[in-house]
Amino acid sequence: MIQHTVSETNKFRFVYLIKPRDFSNAGDASANVKAELQKHGIEPDVIRKVSIICFEAEMNIALYTKGGKLIVEFDEQKVDILAVDKGPGIEDTELVITPGYSTAPEWALEYGFGAGMGLPNIKNNSDVFEIESKVGKGTIVHSIVYRRKNEAKGNN
Amino acid sequence: MKLEEVVRVIDGKILIGEEKKDLEIDKAYAADLLSDVLALTEESTTLITGTVSPQVIRVAEILNIPAIIFVRGKKPTQKILHYAKDAGIPIIVTNKTMFETSGILYSSGVRPCRNRPATDIHDDTTYGE
Amino acid sequence: MKLKEIIERCKLRVFTLEVNFEDIDITGGYTSDLLSDVMAACEAGSIWVTIQRHLNIVAVAKLKEIPAILITRGLVPEKSTIEKAQAEGVVLLGTELNSFEATGKIYCLLKGIKGA
Repeated sequence: MIQHTVSETNKFRFVYLIKPRDFSNAGDASANVKAELQKHGIEPDVIRKVSIICFEAEMNIALYTKGGKLIVEFDEQKVDILAVDKGPGIEDTELVITPGYSTAPEWALEYGFGAGMGLPNIKNNSDVFEIESKVGKGTIVHSIVYRRKNEAKGNN
Repeated sequence: MKLEEVVRVIDGKILIGEEKKDLEIDKAYAADLLSDVLALTEESTTLITGTVSPQVIRVAEILNIPAIIFVRGKKPTQKILHYAKDAGIPIIVTNKTMFETSGILYSSGVRPCRNRPATDIHDDTTYGE
Repeated sequence: MKLKEIIERCKLRVFTLEVNFEDIDITGGYTSDLLSDVMAACEAGSIWVTIQRHLNIVAVAKLKEIPAILITRGLVPEKSTIEKAQAEGVVLLGTELNSFEATGKIYCLLKGIKGA
């Protein structure tokens, strides 16, 4: 379920497979990301932001898609998060990042999901935030959190 | 106020974290929806919630939430208690509602957080006082 | 306590201007974002504090005889929700405060306690 590669010194990559509707395990990947970042001495405020981003992305894949992957890479400068899924895809990516907009089914709301704040939470914690989607294909959410303030290129 | 005092005033019970009964509880947040909790910007905020799921513990870990109070007589499963124990997060349960629990703690001096207000990008009515 | 007093003392915004809230009595409160919990346990005459703002909240309020819903964190209900509330006579209110703080203030008012 987890692949771990070290391609250069101090550069790490973790890949997690997120199964659809697997609620007993949803959130575990994010917990693992947090533990790994702590192990490598990443700054606490960066860990907090990355954990929130990963959690929301992981929950979105589990709740709304046919399954996907969470890919987290980090090095001296930044933590780079990519959430990719196999569909169904989002028709209007502008609408879906509006706070409060939710497509959660009834049962999801009863478990505390579907507030419609997931993507806004990801965006608010990212230094770089991108979302791309194709109906019938899937969605890619890309987020970067810079480790030092002077590395940040400003909010999108 | 100390955790054991919190438990007393809300007629609650500590299920996990009895050893942390002297923990200082000075801030709280009341929410059922996880993404609402994730918008919290202040650390060390106790969570009052009626949502009982493993994800609540995950969120609490991410945000360094010092304690969780499950309201409305909800009973966390063994799996949830196990997660909480591993994460070192005390779990309190009470039969009182979120309204009563929040009201009692607020009037006892537990203060609210200043979280980022949610804003509606597409809403064209302005929020004025 | 009269709803009007709660609105004034907590400086709440009123979204449903067509509904007369002068004579509404509020006898309690319920704070929840889970509709099934509200359906199971909220008492008639309560003010419902929540961040939910979609159409379903009006139907729930009507069923449970909840005279007013307070939407927190500065969120604004959808236009369709406001229209439905107006039609059904449910008062929709708003506040910048989060649910813990809004609940705290209302609780203190209802109990006659001096709030923090």
